[in-house]
Amino acid sequence: MNRLLLTSALVLAANGALADEIRVLNWQGYGTDLDWAIAAYTEKTGNTVVHEYFTSEQEMLTKLRTNPGAYDVVLINSAYTAQAKDEGLIDPIDSSMIQNFADLDPSLTGNEDLNPGGALHGVPWTWGLTSIAVNTNDFAEMPTSLSVLWDPQWKGRVSIRDDGLEAVQFAAMALGQNINQITDLDAIKAKLTELLPQMTTFWSSENDWNQFMSAGDFAVATYWSGSASRSQAKGLPIAFVVPEEGAIGWLDGLSIPSTSTHKEAAAAFIDWMVDPAFYVKWDAEGAPVSSNTKALAELPETSFNRKLVEDPATVARVQFMKPVSDADRETYLKLWQDLKAAQ
Amino acid sequence: MAMTLAGRDRRRALALLSPAYLWLTVAVFLPLSAMAFFSFLSDVPFGGKDWHATLDNYRAFFQTATYATLLWKSLKLGLIVTVVSVVVGFPCAYVLAKIVKGRSREALFLLVILPFWSNSLVRIFSWAIVLRGNGVLDRAVNAILPWDVKLNLMFSPTAIVIGLVHSYLPYVILTSYLALQAIDDSLIEAARSLGARRRTILWRLILPLAAPGILAGAVLIFVPVVGSFMEPRLLGGRVGTYYGTVIEDQFVAVFNWPLGAALSFILLAVVLAILAAASPILRRART
Repeated sequence: MNRLLLTSALVLAANGALADEIRVLNWQGYGTDLDWAIAAYTEKTGNTVVHEYFTSEQEMLTKLRTNPGAYDVVLINSAYTAQAKDEGLIDPIDSSMIQNFADLDPSLTGNEDLNPGGALHGVPWTWGLTSIAVNTNDFAEMPTSLSVLWDPQWKGRVSIRDDGLEAVQFAAMALGQNINQITDLDAIKAKLTELLPQMTTFWSSENDWNQFMSAGDFAVATYWSGSASRSQAKGLPIAFVVPEEGAIGWLDGLSIPSTSTHKEAAAAFIDWMVDPAFYVKWDAEGAPVSSNTKALAELPETSFNRKLVEDPATVARVQFMKPVSDADRETYLKLWQDLKAAQ
Repeated sequence: MAMTLAGRDRRRALALLSPAYLWLTVAVFLPLSAMAFFSFLSDVPFGGKDWHATLDNYRAFFQTATYATLLWKSLKLGLIVTVVSVVVGFPCAYVLAKIVKGRSREALFLLVILPFWSNSLVRIFSWAIVLRGNGVLDRAVNAILPWDVKLNLMFSPTAIVIGLVHSYLPYVILTSYLALQAIDDSLIEAARSLGARRRTILWRLILPLAAPGILAGAVLIFVPVVGSFMEPRLLGGRVGTYYGTVIEDQFVAVFNWPLGAALSFILLAVVLAILAAASPILRRART
């Protein structure tokens, strides 16, 4: 009897050692939580995956701070990687544990924001653009300039995301300023003051955006490239436009919290996330651009992302977002709140 | 002998009340104290962040006109919603209390309480479907009227008021109903037999007697509406920034809990001050 108990205890312990449960912290519906992807990972490694979600970068950081040990993989936008590293929330990445690492775009793995202090702290996963998307039923010809947001013809059918930083960055681009080095905040305030009466409502999530667009509330609205490809795949009559003034570029990395207790399983999960087999399938459902050059080469010719990255003129116009200081962030938030309160 | 009895009574009362007080302590007093504590901090006191005690969060309210403007906007919204709810709800309660009887009263009651049983988000989204341009309301009006009308009430202050009135109307109907029920029918009959006209009966008899109920309902509506954030955000669109949405932003979007807590306490103070100012009227209504 005792021996039976002992063996069963041993079996349980052995199982525990082999099969880890890793906890992933990400935006909801953003790649890592696809059912088939988790099933494939579990089949390959025996580990299971549990998800937790955040709705803003600040919430992500707060969750990492307040729940040490609770997460094994976390998605961090490159503009926040340095902050997370400085607070001691994430560990450097051991690239030898990521088998696909050699295929990742060297300009992304060498991205200075992902390498705070000279060490890689986030495996570049995907990148994309924040630009504008238009309803193709309203636009016979695609707009070429951001000024379409200010065009009186579309008054009441324009939308941007309810985010002070992004609003300021769009106004900066429209005025020809660098989004990472804003020089004339007064001009931006004036430009946004003109923009607000044009708008119908703010959007806050992809789901929101899709509903407003399909109901005809939006003619032109800011949008994320990855979401645009998903919305197109769902059949919405939209086109993603990179205007001549440029677009905001963002880069997302996958990091391992320093308090993680399943670092090996976490590295294996990240490896699967940058695997071409995963990406090609994800791209068909609508995804941002992969960091894996081999994966991009495997995409079909008609893929949204393939067309996006193959146009060098588009890529050249992208202004990649740098980390924003807390003081600047607060200034933008205040400006945005004042403008909204005045409505 | 009488002393010991009183003592035993007191002990029994204490035993019977303790669950309620325990509940109040855990569910109301402790969270409120935590929020009061947060409101005097420079940063959230977890995650290894540096923090110290400060009055800056309260000062922030007075440094710009933004928060005061929004608070004024929210107070006006509260007033409008309360007035509309009373104007719509009181006749409704009168019909329920004095005119219909039996089965049909039960059915009407059910209809009044029905909104309470559905999730408030579901209610707001259904209003969004109705009010949206080319939505249910637009199409219905255009189907009846021969000329083309563009209502498009969505994303306007009107939409916010409609959504809020719908959410809070049952409060004023239920409280007015109870007050109207308590009015003895023979009083009305007496007034009528003495030659009082309908309007006189309403103004001199029914309204004064039902005032406590109406006012209780009005307070129940006014207080939550001033702090409301969901309806303004979802139905107001561009014009949907109110004091409540700014507080919500502090907690959900920018994680400035201390400022959010301070703004909440300022709201609490203002609402209490308004209720205190109105208390002479409330007290007169009760007697």
